[in-house]
Amino acid sequence: MATDTEVLVLGGGSTGCGIARDLAMRGLEVTLVERGNLTDGTTGRMHGLLHSGGRYAVSDQASATECIEENEILRDIAGHCVEETGGLFVQLPDDSDDYFREKLEGCRDCNIPARVLSGREAREIEPYLTPDIERAIEVPDGAVDPFRLCVANAVDAEAHGARIETHAEVIDLLRDGADVYGVDVRHDSGPGKRRHAAPGSTEEITAEYVVNATGAWAGQIAAMADLEVAVRPSKGVMTIMNVRQVDTVINRCRPKGDADIVVPHETTAILGTTDEEVSDPDDYPEAQWEVDQVIDTLADLVPILEEARTIRSFWGVRPLYEPPGTATQDPTDITRDFFLLDHAERDGVSGLSSIVGGKFTTYRAMAEEISDHVCGKLGVDATCATAEEPLPGSENLAVLEDGMDEFGLRSPVARRSKQRLGSRASDVLETDDANPVLCACEGVTRAEVRDAIQQSGTDLNAVRIRTRASMGNCQGGFCSQLLATELHPEYDEATARSALDELFQERWKGQRHALWGEQLSQAMVTYALHATTMNRDRDPAASDGSLEYGAFDDGEVR
Amino acid sequence: MGRSSTEPSTTGRCAEVAISDDVLVIGGGLAGAMAALAAAERDVRVRLVTYKQSTLRQASGLIDVLGYAPDGDGPLVDPFEALEGLPTGHPYERVGSEAVREALAFFDEVAGDAYVGDHTDANALVPTHGGTVKPTARYPTATAAGLASDNRDALLVGFETLPDFDGPLAASHLAAAGVPFDARGVTLSFPGIERDDAKVTRYAHLLERDEAVSVDDSAATVGARDALAESVDEHLEGEPRVGFPAILGDERADEVRTALGEGLGVDVFEVPMGPPSLPGMRLSDLLYDALEDAGVRVTSGVPVVDYEVDPRGSSDTPADPSAAKTSDDPARGRIDHVVVDRNGAEVPHRADQYVLATGGLVGKGVRSDREGVREPIFDCHVPHPEDRYDWFVDGVFGDQPYARFGLDVDRELRPLETDSRPTFSNLRAAGAVLGGYDFAAEKSGSGVSLATGYVAGRRASTAVIR
Repeated sequence: MATDTEVLVLGGGSTGCGIARDLAMRGLEVTLVERGNLTDGTTGRMHGLLHSGGRYAVSDQASATECIEENEILRDIAGHCVEETGGLFVQLPDDSDDYFREKLEGCRDCNIPARVLSGREAREIEPYLTPDIERAIEVPDGAVDPFRLCVANAVDAEAHGARIETHAEVIDLLRDGADVYGVDVRHDSGPGKRRHAAPGSTEEITAEYVVNATGAWAGQIAAMADLEVAVRPSKGVMTIMNVRQVDTVINRCRPKGDADIVVPHETTAILGTTDEEVSDPDDYPEAQWEVDQVIDTLADLVPILEEARTIRSFWGVRPLYEPPGTATQDPTDITRDFFLLDHAERDGVSGLSSIVGGKFTTYRAMAEEISDHVCGKLGVDATCATAEEPLPGSENLAVLEDGMDEFGLRSPVARRSKQRLGSRASDVLETDDANPVLCACEGVTRAEVRDAIQQSGTDLNAVRIRTRASMGNCQGGFCSQLLATELHPEYDEATARSALDELFQERWKGQRHALWGEQLSQAMVTYALHATTMNRDRDPAASDGSLEYGAFDDGEVR
Repeated sequence: MGRSSTEPSTTGRCAEVAISDDVLVIGGGLAGAMAALAAAERDVRVRLVTYKQSTLRQASGLIDVLGYAPDGDGPLVDPFEALEGLPTGHPYERVGSEAVREALAFFDEVAGDAYVGDHTDANALVPTHGGTVKPTARYPTATAAGLASDNRDALLVGFETLPDFDGPLAASHLAAAGVPFDARGVTLSFPGIERDDAKVTRYAHLLERDEAVSVDDSAATVGARDALAESVDEHLEGEPRVGFPAILGDERADEVRTALGEGLGVDVFEVPMGPPSLPGMRLSDLLYDALEDAGVRVTSGVPVVDYEVDPRGSSDTPADPSAAKTSDDPARGRIDHVVVDRNGAEVPHRADQYVLATGGLVGKGVRSDREGVREPIFDCHVPHPEDRYDWFVDGVFGDQPYARFGLDVDRELRPLETDSRPTFSNLRAAGAVLGGYDFAAEKSGSGVSLATGYVAGRRASTAVIR
């Protein structure tokens, strides 16, 4: 199978989806391929912080300025993905006054609204902050849902004619002499929506221009065409708490350091993070000490974290890059700036650019710059509209807020559903069918799950990132089976079963790093339900041999 | 359960406040109830204290003995045969297979007509709400017509507002599991249920009270049972049995099931469900009625927060000044009394013998933090790997170490110290607080609770008499 497109984007993270949307809106024909689900790489594994720029206000003012600009744009175009929590940079007795002053001045230099709060004022906003807080700087940090934002970009790209292929892994980057002209991809289950157990296939996709937006994996992709991109992947752990101990983003006000941020995110709070270089972005140790370190260090800022319940931990890999010859030792010193590597200029190989570095908050600006570059290469004269055009779900938020009590959904389910769906809420939730809540932890209803299945096929992890179902306290213990049930009868029983097995194992993966206290008890509840009550661990339907039913009790008293 | 008994007059040093009994059982789940009932068989004063709602509400209500051997062999046709081969330290190995049979016979007596399965040693295969089958030794009468070895065809009825059980999916799943009959599923709307998120007890009470419901938007109303039977009837294609999720009534479930069966002219059965589970609640009610009949004093809603050892040492061990410390000497002597928190007042509860049946990780009889795993009341030793990354394996259904967390016990069911000495002379443990077995993989949870509860209760009352 072979197809042709104008621009081929590799990677379904925030950068790739942002580029696909931007180019599609400019009228180009775009195909995007992603190895797993959208957001599976680094985008889905971040702490959910929408930077105000305050974090970079001393060390990197160019990035700080870009952050505040993009922060304001995202509040406009993706209001349903952003929670305007505000943020605090907190000074403890050990933290330097000089740095505090530099931070404040830096914010003002970069047009980041900033105001100083006394320790008492800060604790009025966040009562769980440590009593020995000196003072704090308040900035417009926010929380952002990277899943919804990325999916909204992809959906809008599709609405503008783009083709988005998930579960399509690049197996070769096609190069003819000094020209890259396309890729070979392997479809996990054939092209289109994912379908479990459907046979795989390969496809050659040729393009006039290829954008390698695979982040931490950019080096591996480039190597397929004998090009070198020296990405320096750096891992960081994020630990999710069961409730929001804080409603404001809490940063430690000190030059740099591991484990200095707490981000309130939906029903949870996310602690982060560490920074350690790894050699392979797909295979690196996930170590106990990292989890312990973020909890213990952040407990200095918010003491109740020491005893609080964590529900899972996950690691993300930053796609850090620095130009050859820089050789920074400590990954925390490597710039967070992004680099557009035009392989024609750099290596004399045309038809390909690689994007590395960068950060989530500024994904749109990066996408704009790259799209400008691609248009230049293709001789297309079209301007970027992504800073003005709202993303799907964010078009009519004001109208949405006015009519909150429809759909027969009880608050807070109604409120949460609407936050997730934004202006699409009425399309999704207006149904004559019964619409019970399937995921009680996150308040996700059947209609929302069905809508997500329409978008993504049998991949329940794709349903998860669209709806947040199975992301709460029970980590899918109670709802994963209900999500799988919704696949039937559109998909057959075996498909629903294998989709359930896959989601259940994925949810287990992150819980392993939170297995003590309440969450260990929760894991046992889940295990007991799925193994004891449902016998999913030893399901005769999944075994090869046939069961001799006649040997068992048939109820007859003989 | 909300039941409380009049406090008896007490004896002892704290005469004004202390409660005194012969046997004190801590924990009100299946193991605790069995221990108290077994102890009360003899002429001793038995008290059961329980803190939270028992985990029976979360259990399916089936009485599994052993569905799979620890190596995964199974489903086992005859669980009793396999009991002989269990490894040292498994709770069944501790009490012996004869005690397991005795405990089951005792349960059969207590349960009366509410449970069946005692006509054979063979396990039954019961359809689960996830759609496959699982092996079990005793099952509620309400489930009896649903057995998978019964080759009559079945219609499975699910409800659109009750997402835990999907009839058509369960029917396909049963076919994939190779059951010897045709299963067909339908999804209906439940007459009289108006909210999409009604609790399972609402369904049960609608049927139990046979409330008047309106059908087809007409002004006329009919009883909920007739309305349900009518809506199922039009989907029946000659199947002689019909399965529903386990919501068919609460206290008068037999009546509801019979009425539906007569209305449809078929056998009606319930498919056990996850939490909150009506069959689990019915079992809990049955046990608490039996406790009341047996004269056991039950105090609910109170946690045991502390204990004191007897300063005079262990009186259970024969005093022989010439004997050196033996491996059977209790490491921490004898429990004099435990302290119960009653709404903030600390009340000593004294007994001659104690049974610890506080549950495992789920019931919080075993607790953990980042540093380790412990038993919170007596701080009995819970063996576990030091590194918490050795508490689990990567496959979710792999051989999970955490699932085996619990106490090591001797053959008297007394918790053991690291040096294998019993911790106390007069404390026995029963049920999920025990370690060394994975009840979820083996499908052995209820059976272990029955057998060890029965043995702990019997031994405790015998020790009192002695």
